Amino acid sequence: MGEHSDIENTEKEKKQKDPVIELENIVYSYNNGPVVFDGLSFSAGKEDKIGLVGHNGSGKSTLLNVISGLVKPESGTIRIFGQEMTKEADFQQARKKLGYLFQNADDQLFSPTVLEDVAFGPLNMGYSAEESRQMSIRALEDLGLAGFEDRITHKLSGGEKKLVSLATVLVMKPVALLLDEPTTGLDRATFARIIEILNSIRVSCIIVSHEFDFLEKTTSKIFSMDKGKIRYSGESEHLHTHFHTHPMGETPHSHNF
Amino acid sequence: MILEPFAFENSIIHRLDPRLRLVFAVVFSIATALTQSFAPLYPALGISIILVAMARLDSLALIKRIAVVNVFVLFLWVVLPFTYEGDAVFIIGPLAATEQGLMLCGLITLKSNAILLVFISMVATMPVAVMGHAMGRLKVPPKIILLLLLTYRYIFVIEQEYQRLLRAARVRGFAPKTSMHTYRTYAYLVGMLFVRASERAKNVDNAMVCRGFSGEFHSLTEFAFKPVDSVAAVLMVLALVIIEGARWASILI
Ligand SMILES: Nc1ncnc2c1ncn2[C@@H]1O[C@H](COP(=O)(O)OP(=O)(O)OP(=O)(O)O)[C@@H](O)[C@H]1O
Ligand SMILES: [Mg+2]
Repeated sequence: MGEHSDIENTEKEKKQKDPVIELENIVYSYNNGPVVFDGLSFSAGKEDKIGLVGHNGSGKSTLLNVISGLVKPESGTIRIFGQEMTKEADFQQARKKLGYLFQNADDQLFSPTVLEDVAFGPLNMGYSAEESRQMSIRALEDLGLAGFEDRITHKLSGGEKKLVSLATVLVMKPVALLLDEPTTGLDRATFARIIEILNSIRVSCIIVSHEFDFLEKTTSKIFSMDKGKIRYSGESEHLHTHFHTHPMGETPHSHNF
Repeated sequence: MILEPFAFENSIIHRLDPRLRLVFAVVFSIATALTQSFAPLYPALGISIILVAMARLDSLALIKRIAVVNVFVLFLWVVLPFTYEGDAVFIIGPLAATEQGLMLCGLITLKSNAILLVFISMVATMPVAVMGHAMGRLKVPPKIILLLLLTYRYIFVIEQEYQRLLRAARVRGFAPKTSMHTYRTYAYLVGMLFVRASERAKNVDNAMVCRGFSGEFHSLTEFAFKPVDSVAAVLMVLALVIIEGARWASILI
């Protein structure tokens, strides 16, 4: 199979109904840094499951930051749930429905105990203390973290932090999930569990990952970041023959998962 | 959290409404601090000791806390009597201890211990997050509370970050010596610590904002003023009346 051209790509996007996330001509570079996005356009439809790949430093995390309004692009338009994002207040509303899992779990957890951290989102959304508590306990149970409520967040292991972070995001029942490398450092059982959970909820997902077998099982389309732009790279099922234009090209090859 | 050794016990004091405890601790401290004579300090200290006893705290941790403050007080006892102007009571070599100096030391010792004990029993017995929330209910400005809570939270993170950097240096064979290399490494560590702290602050702000934070801290704890709180409130007012009464008596007489 060949690469889809950009023209085909944009046509495909136009056909999508109710896009949940739309980026148009985004230009961005960090202060004095290299250009990260150079006229990037991208859209994700309702309940789309999108895998985002690209080499280290290609701007995947930055893209998720742009979508959630943590990083303001120099130019370009961002629409979330059909609404154009022009000021911080727009993002504040949008973020209530976006669940963003950071690449680094240490940045995500800030309350002393696990329960308080998970309940932080629901409390901000206006649920009562009791409702928030119940929601948080259920979210923890769903991830196999029953009994973790009173653990101290910064004393958790790396994988546990990642799971608790995921709970803090899922508890808010987001409409769209932005997951930045959700599986790094997880054992195979937990890995399988996350796949199961992601497949059981009806949300739009953008998942950044370097693990192709994970993307194959959780997403349906793959996009790749390259030279400041984003490109449609095909269906997740064909990940192996499709995506690797280099170094193996179209040559059949295997991965050591 | 790590340095809240008293917060998670379960005594009658722990069950009192945090708002009530906070208000009492503050009013008690002001009343005690304003005192210029010994008379009100005896009941004040007595009350604070009773409260600490009622809170049933871990005695080792308690002794440690008290010791820290009293080491400082001890320092005052060494210096103040010999430097304060007044009538000499006794003389050691070229130094004369004054009566006024000794009195002042006594006052400071009683005051600081009474206030310390009341804060340990009333305020240290609630998690800092709850304290922040209680302050919010008492109309303390949210920015101050936020500053307090985040400072408290991140002191430990920064300390950990420092330990992590130091460990990273050690596993690569770093052993401090008196050499340029050592100084430079420490300079890098400290510099890195600042960078990481500000980076971390930004990231945490992002994490909070992403989860709907808009400047106001909510808490899982709900406050309810129970009958036992009313009883406690009456007793607290009584305690304050005794202290203030003793103060006015000593002024008027
Ligand atoms: N805070 C920052 N300040 C300056 N430059 C940055 C900052 N964060 C990232 N960059 C730069 O922006 C580019 C994109 O970074 P980004 O973190 O988005 O990459 P990524 O695709 O997520 O990489 P990885 O797969 O390693 O997570 C990189 O060149 C990086 O060096
Ligand atoms: Mg990244």
